[in-house]
Amino acid sequence: MGITTDSSSKSVSPGSAVSPLLRRYFGTPGRGLLSVLLATVWAWAAWALLRWAILDATWIAEDRSGCAPGGACWAFVVARIDQFLFGFYPPDEHWRPALILVLPVVLFAVAVSDRFQSQRQMIGAAIVLVPIASLALLVGGVPGMPHVPADKWGGLALTIVIAETSFVASMPFAVFLALARRSQMPVISMLATGFIELWRGLPLVAILFMAVILLPLVLPPGFQIGRVEMAITALTIYSAAYLAEVVRGGLQAVPVGQLRAASALGFGYWRTLAYITLPQALGKVLPGIVNSAIALVKDTSYVMIVGLFDFINIVTAALSDPKWLGSPTEAYLFVAAVYWLVCFGLSRWGRSIEIRSARARGVVRS
Amino acid sequence: MLPQCAEAVQTQPEQPEPAARISVEKGGLMSVAETLESRVEPSSEGRAGGPRIPPRLRRNLGSIFWQGCTLIAVVALLAFLGHNIALNLKARGLASGFDFLSKEAGFAIGFSLIPFTETDTYGRAFIVGLLNTIFVAFVSMILATVLGTIIGVARVSKHPPTAAAALVYVEGLRNIPLLLQVLFWQQLLINGLPGVRQSLSFGGWVFLNNRGLVLPDVSTGALPVPPSLMAAIIAATLIALSIIAFRRAEPSRRRQVTVWGIGALLALEVLLATLTVDWSRPALTGFNFRNGVVLVPEFVALVVALTIYNAAFIAEIVRAGIESVNKGQREAAAALGLPPRLTMRLIVLPQAMRVVIPPLANQYSHLLKASSLATVIGYPDLVNVFLGTTLNQTGRAIEIVTMTMAVYLVLSALVAGFTSWFNAKVALVER
Repeated sequence: MGITTDSSSKSVSPGSAVSPLLRRYFGTPGRGLLSVLLATVWAWAAWALLRWAILDATWIAEDRSGCAPGGACWAFVVARIDQFLFGFYPPDEHWRPALILVLPVVLFAVAVSDRFQSQRQMIGAAIVLVPIASLALLVGGVPGMPHVPADKWGGLALTIVIAETSFVASMPFAVFLALARRSQMPVISMLATGFIELWRGLPLVAILFMAVILLPLVLPPGFQIGRVEMAITALTIYSAAYLAEVVRGGLQAVPVGQLRAASALGFGYWRTLAYITLPQALGKVLPGIVNSAIALVKDTSYVMIVGLFDFINIVTAALSDPKWLGSPTEAYLFVAAVYWLVCFGLSRWGRSIEIRSARARGVVRS
Repeated sequence: MLPQCAEAVQTQPEQPEPAARISVEKGGLMSVAETLESRVEPSSEGRAGGPRIPPRLRRNLGSIFWQGCTLIAVVALLAFLGHNIALNLKARGLASGFDFLSKEAGFAIGFSLIPFTETDTYGRAFIVGLLNTIFVAFVSMILATVLGTIIGVARVSKHPPTAAAALVYVEGLRNIPLLLQVLFWQQLLINGLPGVRQSLSFGGWVFLNNRGLVLPDVSTGALPVPPSLMAAIIAATLIALSIIAFRRAEPSRRRQVTVWGIGALLALEVLLATLTVDWSRPALTGFNFRNGVVLVPEFVALVVALTIYNAAFIAEIVRAGIESVNKGQREAAAALGLPPRLTMRLIVLPQAMRVVIPPLANQYSHLLKASSLATVIGYPDLVNVFLGTTLNQTGRAIEIVTMTMAVYLVLSALVAGFTSWFNAKVALVER
């Protein structure tokens, strides 16, 4: 770095005591111009966004004409917020999808906080239990929680349930596939490789189309399958194929000595797997697993292909409401902000795990 | 048990004559021999009693048994699914076979690279969809690579505002679902742009309106015979001269000669092209444009979304590549007096390529698959035309799904194959 600033310091009079920070911004005329230009653009963009999104925005209105021109029309989002978050769920039961939205936030807060770092089993159990609880809340059918049919599900709650369920379902599947692919037995390894590469080579859109077309055909006649099940099946298989490759990377990174030591202690295949291989392999690729989870959250939006009213689709459908014509930017920005928060939060978390494990290994990192 | 084993491992190479060991074994010390054997084959089965099957064979038998079981289970599952398909197809009265490909499609396609009308066949519709998929993916790949490289370089800039801008771009866009971005651009292009009569004009040659992007059309005319003969003679002379110069030049200057030779040929090509190619400028007549190529808004929206989204990922790949280049390389370049721009172009980027290409290949195959989002906004790609419309009209589920799967698997394999070939070339040049 010092070298670069040296070569660019030619234009600065030699021996001048300019601070490195100032030289960084104004080292050469070109760089100075760029600094001024970028600063202007940044300031202008920030001001324009602030004015549009907050200062000139309308928060409450009857319809689009009630919104001030030149400002954001958040009134549209405010008026439809129930639908965007909970779909067509009966208003009396709104606490259930609301709980579905809150549960993962709580889980995330617990997983991030330092106090619970040592309780790995508890966090692991919660990661499995939250999706099951969410699905149960959505479906209902027990006393106190009447059954709500699938066509009433929608919005952010549905998106979260689909993402959670597919992720948790795909994990054991992925471990199984990764183990099978690394198996010494050629037939099993080839079958697993073929399965993984098949689903990795296909677009998710095509897989969802296939779920709609093929699932009713391959199931025994008279067997009905709903759209939500189709979406979860497709996403589970798709996600498992990608996760399997992540897990395989972890399995490969477990030193052979560990397996030899386990075998020397008289551990059989399954015990070695449960106590030696998997904990180390999964620990090593935790950031990769988090990345897969982020990808899955974003891919959940594809379920509109099978006709589900997930978060994006329900917002898109609301755009055609004649009362609110012309508000796509506000609506999509709202959706984008929610997705961004979720994905960015997850990615920061993955990064912190990476740094923590690097520190634990004694690698010095900033 | 364990220390003994370890000891045995250590002492084993020091035993000079195997004959001695055999004699010990024959002397009745079977247990010693067994210990030695189970050390060679560290499997728990080796120690079990029963008939004397060598452990290796026993393990092979077990392995063959399990593989056989798996194979039978998979075949049984496939047979069960196939049986269900047959029953279901029969119950719904659906026909099967590939004969539908030669039947008249009866639907129009809004955007196609080859002529297509309602009277053409489903087979041709398949080709149209395939070409549209390849076209949109290819254009987006090139644009995303260019944009991603620029942002990736900006990301490692020593100039803080530039680096911050690149960071905001990357973190802002890669955390938003691609589908949302596609929908956003589509809405913006259709609702946010002026109508045909108020088109935005770029220098009078390119127009943008809510019906799409209008580009000038290119048609090639043929040169009369004498000039083309002359052009051929000039080209042949140029090639011959280049080859002679290449042979005579010193090895270190050969590259320069090659560049000059190719440059001269390209210049000739460009000269000929400007003489023969007819650029027809789009002109507004009544309610539409004449003499232009119209790229539909769906295509533009898809290309913009795919480019912007994938550029964020490519930027991170490029950044990782640049950071992987040893700092000493930059310092050496600076010591030689190379300015920063040239250092980046000649020293850093070529070396970064080696690290960049494998993940870039991954990103390309991801882009190719993501192009199928076209179907959501109605761009007629393969999934939309074939898996959607054609399947709806013909009901040949199995055939159409198989063909579509095959196409994507082949395309993915092609992308992977091309990049690994390129990677091998780059790696070879490097070392």
